[in-house]
Amino acid sequence: MQHALSAKKLNVYYGEKHAVHDVSLDFAEKQVTALIGPSGCGKSTFLRSLNRMNDLIPSCRVTGDIMMKEHNINDRETDVVALRKKIGMVFQRPNPFHKSIYENIAFGPRYHGMKKKADLDNLVEQSLRKAALWDETKDRLHKSAFALSGGQQQRLCIARSVALRPDIILMDEPSSALDPISTSRIEELITELKEEFCIVIVTHNMHQAARISDKTAFFLSGRVVEYDETDKLFLDPSQKETSDYISGRFG
Amino acid sequence: MSARTVDKIATGIIMAVAGFIVLILLGLLGYILIRGVGHISWHFLTSAPESIRAGGGIGPQLFNSVFLLVLTLIITVPLGIGAGIYMSEYAKPNRMTSFIRLVVEVLSSFPSIIVGLFGLLILVNKFGFGFSLFSGALALTIFNLPLMVRITEQGLRGVPLQQKEASFALGISKWKTIRSVLLPIATPVILSGTILAAGRIFGEAAALLFTAGMSSPRLDFTDWNPFDARSPLNPFRPAETLAVHIWKINSEGLAPDATQIAAGASAVLIIMVLVFNLGARALGRYMHNKFTAAK
Repeated sequence: MQHALSAKKLNVYYGEKHAVHDVSLDFAEKQVTALIGPSGCGKSTFLRSLNRMNDLIPSCRVTGDIMMKEHNINDRETDVVALRKKIGMVFQRPNPFHKSIYENIAFGPRYHGMKKKADLDNLVEQSLRKAALWDETKDRLHKSAFALSGGQQQRLCIARSVALRPDIILMDEPSSALDPISTSRIEELITELKEEFCIVIVTHNMHQAARISDKTAFFLSGRVVEYDETDKLFLDPSQKETSDYISGRFG
Repeated sequence: MSARTVDKIATGIIMAVAGFIVLILLGLLGYILIRGVGHISWHFLTSAPESIRAGGGIGPQLFNSVFLLVLTLIITVPLGIGAGIYMSEYAKPNRMTSFIRLVVEVLSSFPSIIVGLFGLLILVNKFGFGFSLFSGALALTIFNLPLMVRITEQGLRGVPLQQKEASFALGISKWKTIRSVLLPIATPVILSGTILAAGRIFGEAAALLFTAGMSSPRLDFTDWNPFDARSPLNPFRPAETLAVHIWKINSEGLAPDATQIAAGASAVLIIMVLVFNLGARALGRYMHNKFTAAK
């Protein structure tokens, strides 16, 4: 199977704190990979290294390789602007721009060179349809995105990522701030999006990981304890820590 | 004494102090307005001052104040916003940055009469700008620039980090993120801060005595060529502002109605500054609602 992205011996430090230890993981195309583990285990930190989002934190240092085809993302020379166009990201809290629904989606593609209004109109519709948001928003595309509910805002953020046609979408606990109904809509959406994209999702909800992912990695204290097919990891884990965690003995 | 009584007494004292401050303000405003408002008329606001006879106005002074404000803002707004963007988005937290911040703070707390004398020596004499609006605007820049830097920096820092992350995650460059995501959100803060700072400039006198000068040439309000000596728009002419005029007329006014003119001019000045303050609040609130609330 073709890997969309592979991390090799990745280490992340915040100042003196060693947050991620020697993590090597491969992410397959058109699959959902879930990263689970207790709070502070380094799963979000690891995820944010994959699109160099940790560059924003001055004290943060990342060593190791992140390969996307033949290209090493973690190389100094990498153009992070071009990189982040290929690897989209959805955050824990919905963070639409203070702009209209239409502008939230058109902003990225327009910056990356799509200037024609007809093309943009088309793309906005397509992206909103993919995020199952078109019917709810088609009559108010030019109204503020802040008029949407939390769940709708999060789907708008997913649509915004999808509009750039990335190869990979990273999701950092995308439904943890949402109610159960919105959560299940986001989960349905993820299952549909995996037809096209490689999705890596951090979640603290084990049921969510079990429902939507193909593979799961269990993080503990900055290390990957176990990485396997989701069914295997949940039904027949090979490590004692994994079975303790999924059976709710800690975390 | 029981804890409840102590609590009541403390509350009472704090309320009294707050009430006292409000009283001082109301008393001051009331005194100035009651003394001056009666003298304000269309004629007073538009006609030229008289040096010996009664019946002079403050037309040119009012115009000078507004024009000087505009000139100062033309200089300080681009510089201040640029430096503010640098301080909030580009400067790394190191010694150099804290040194710059210290310099900015010191600059804004300079005594204004010192700035005025500095302006006289350097701008008026050394650089040969003479007593002019331009010298005055540069002197005012010394107070106003630090304020603009701080306002912009605070405005940008107030933008939630999530907005920046959202933009970066779409592969948007830093500059484009600042321009299209951060600045629009910070604009209400920057704009209302600018207007507040403008109110301060409007009332400034000491720094202008020796830079913009204490006289106004006979202006021809039909001549809008900024290069003519008599044109009101010429930035290189001397210009007495309203605040300077109040000071001058109080200390050496010869007209028989000098006291009334000073009172009227003071009322006009206070009203203008109040308008700036209230306007800044209203505009800030309006823009905040417009940008954040559901439409």
